[in-house]
Amino acid sequence: MALPNKPLGETKAVRDPAVEEREVDILIVGGGMAACGTAFEIKKWAPDAKILLCDKAAMERSGAVAQGLSAINTYVGKNSPEDYVKMVRNDLMGLVREDLIFDLGCHVDDSVHLFEEWGLPIWKKAADGKTLDGKKGLALGSLKKGAEPVRTGKWQIMINGESYKRIVAEAAKLALGMENIIERCFIVELLLDANKPNQIAGAVGFSVRENKVYIIKCKTMMVACGGAVNIYMPRSVGEGKGRAWYPVWNAGSTYTMCMKVGAELSMMENRFTPARFKDGYGPVGAWFLLFKAKTLNGLGEDFASSDAAKAELQKYAPYGTAAVTPTCLRNHLMLNEMKAGRGPIMMDTVTALAVLGKTMNKQELKHLESEAWEDFLDMTCGQANLWCAQDCEPEKKNSEVMPTEPYLLGSHSGCCGMWVSGPDYDWVPAAYKWGDGGKVYNRMTTVVGLFTSGDGVGCSGHKFSSGSHAEGRQVAKEMAKFVRDHADFKPAIKQSSTELVDLIYKPVRTYLDNCNYTTAVDINPNYVKPSGMALRLMKATHEYGAGTATYYQTSSKSLEIVMDLLATMRVDCEKLGAGDLHELMRAWEIYHRIWTVEAHLRHIQFRKETRYPGFYYQADYPGQDDKNWFCFVNSKYDPAKNEWSVFKKDYIKIIP
Amino acid sequence: MPSFVIAEKCDGCKGGDKTACMYICPNDLMVLDTTAMKAYNQEPDQCWECFSCVKICPTQAIEVRGYSDFVPLGSSIVPLMSSEDVLWTCKFRNGLIKRFKFPIRTTPEGQANAYLNLKGKDLNSGLLSTEEADGFVLPRPKI
Ligand SMILES: Cc1cc2nc3c(=O)[nH]c(=O)nc-3n(C[C@H](O)[C@H](O)[C@H](O)COP(=O)(O)OP(=O)(O)OC[C@H]3O[C@@H](n4cnc5c(N)ncnc54)[C@H](O)[C@@H]3O)c2cc1C
Ligand code: SF4
Ligand code: SF4
Repeated sequence: MALPNKPLGETKAVRDPAVEEREVDILIVGGGMAACGTAFEIKKWAPDAKILLCDKAAMERSGAVAQGLSAINTYVGKNSPEDYVKMVRNDLMGLVREDLIFDLGCHVDDSVHLFEEWGLPIWKKAADGKTLDGKKGLALGSLKKGAEPVRTGKWQIMINGESYKRIVAEAAKLALGMENIIERCFIVELLLDANKPNQIAGAVGFSVRENKVYIIKCKTMMVACGGAVNIYMPRSVGEGKGRAWYPVWNAGSTYTMCMKVGAELSMMENRFTPARFKDGYGPVGAWFLLFKAKTLNGLGEDFASSDAAKAELQKYAPYGTAAVTPTCLRNHLMLNEMKAGRGPIMMDTVTALAVLGKTMNKQELKHLESEAWEDFLDMTCGQANLWCAQDCEPEKKNSEVMPTEPYLLGSHSGCCGMWVSGPDYDWVPAAYKWGDGGKVYNRMTTVVGLFTSGDGVGCSGHKFSSGSHAEGRQVAKEMAKFVRDHADFKPAIKQSSTELVDLIYKPVRTYLDNCNYTTAVDINPNYVKPSGMALRLMKATHEYGAGTATYYQTSSKSLEIVMDLLATMRVDCEKLGAGDLHELMRAWEIYHRIWTVEAHLRHIQFRKETRYPGFYYQADYPGQDDKNWFCFVNSKYDPAKNEWSVFKKDYIKIIP
Repeated sequence: MPSFVIAEKCDGCKGGDKTACMYICPNDLMVLDTTAMKAYNQEPDQCWECFSCVKICPTQAIEVRGYSDFVPLGSSIVPLMSSEDVLWTCKFRNGLIKRFKFPIRTTPEGQANAYLNLKGKDLNSGLLSTEEADGFVLPRPKI
């Protein structure tokens, strides 16, 4: 028997941590693609400002790009920003902020050009139409100088992206200076100013490596902590729980931290439920776009091209009938097959490779095979291992495709996030521009001085890695402006440092006060471990919140039930217990997840239609209702009154 | 597919205060048992199999074993990093071996141009620093 009780982790938590207080002009929370963009750009515009960046992990491999990517999904190139807006608008069923998307489309290529200059290998198309990998392609010059990328679709370009994040973080760290970066610092809460209502003044967090709480005052701040995963029961529930499509370390911190200081959220009902190779969650994009593979139902039929599918898509015109079917509707068609008993859905890799092989010699075929494997090895290594374990060679054996559990994000094929100001141009509608002191600050949330980018910006999906980086750079410039315009602002924090330490270390103290009461450290009536609370959240959303258990369907009654469950969870979070620093991070992550999910479900509850069939279904309100719901849904949590409000916001069309 | 550490190969990064695997894991999973001076994955069911720890370990002590709940036994994929390429050895359950080599970067490590001397000029314009330096003209939507 393992008595006396011991915390599990190696870095034990103590009751009273050290406290480090800092005061800076600009605080960057997060170290992913967006934050790396900010870190690169900021000193060019605010050379004398004091700047600090906090990342919960090591920037070299933090965030969604940790294991690399095999494509840059947004490169405008010879297309126009107008076309970019139209593509995003159609994929997201009509409701997007066109000002934000057009603006992003103007800048995204500049970031891609930097990536290439820094050393990211980008595939090139030779004059004879042949594909050269990123190293051989160097001979053809850079994209910036006009070399042709290899396009898989209209917007994506292929890269050898194993070290994508390492390269981008390297430039960010060099530009900002390691002395202005704290890694392994998990930010828990943002802090409003004591004197100025609705203005940001700082943040509080803790080190995951030593017993220390950070209290940071700042004049302005950007929060870019990615989206949210592990909010629904994953399809694998044992060891395989970690193999979610979305990286398991982004816990909705962006949304929760911003909403808790009163920042308005928008389109939180929009979720992303990608269809991926079953269990390994490997990407399917290159298989559809590069190898022209088709998916077949259990009867071997190309169901997506059938007359029935066309008729179904017609119901969702003009989106469903556009040249490129929106992502949610592609899922919808797949789910219809599965529900009718015509599953499973298989990716016909065998036929695709055979067809391509007809026009290729042996060496070219070998190259093609290597491209197929690279797609996995550069961004979802585990899928490659799964194919090896299943003795699956794609030219000989087809693989199953399956929609995953839902995720929340704002930069991939989803658009939930904060309601932010657009840029200060005459063509941007007045309702989409705001700031402070008569000035407009692009990408500022509705809290003065609080900015976001990447997955944090709502109503503007399809930015991907490149767009998130470019947007982070844009925010750098806006924060530099904000600091210039607010030179006299002295941030003041309402709470005392003791109060803040008490808040952050509460789970530790709860644990220490009670851990010797029972003989098994995880089972104790006086606290709940984060691992237990995480399962409680997933079970609730799975069963009532349109998870995979119900084929992504919910109803008004189910939503009522899950709201009650969430309210109780929030109360029980007061009793989270953490014996070591890793567990303390897990405690705050689950807290962030619960709030984020609540926002998601409140939005679904409010929107009385099913805007995104294939991502979720509100059974009491099937189908789209453009007459009443062709608008954004926004929500706001009022920190002073502890009240939520959910309301409509007008959609304004800018691009014809 | 959780990472695992081969006991014999791990030297605890020679007792440094920060081991390579601990430094890199984006999910804070790799920890060092300071008595045994060996690293281990403290929460295998939260491992994203991102291979960051595998790629960085100086003694090649870390590998990955497919998740027990759906991956059949017997396969492996092992990366070998150099400064320019990654070489993958993929072993199938039936013994078949495939090797792939992909470039990872085209410049020497540590030399990304951070434009340390570039100073932005017009803080009020919509241009990023490098766009401004290039004389980029902002498009206007055709409306
Ligand atoms: C599986 C997958 C595949 C993708 N494939 C492609 C692709 O092929 N091509 C493409 O262009 N794009 C792709 N993307 C999209 C791209 O990765 C994202 O758009 C981009 O990473 C978003 O940038 P971000 O900065 O908002 O978030 P991230 O890059 O995820 O960064 C989040 C950062 O916040 C930190 N953080 C989180 N919480 C806290 C906290 N509480 N305190 C402090 N720090 C915190 C994290 O450590 C991390 O540094 C893919 C995304 C996923 C998930
Ligand atoms: S990086 Fe390798 S050698 Fe170093 S502690 Fe980790 S497993 Fe051991
Ligand atoms: S594979 Fe990735 S998530 Fe798993 S332990 Fe290694 S670094 Fe961490």
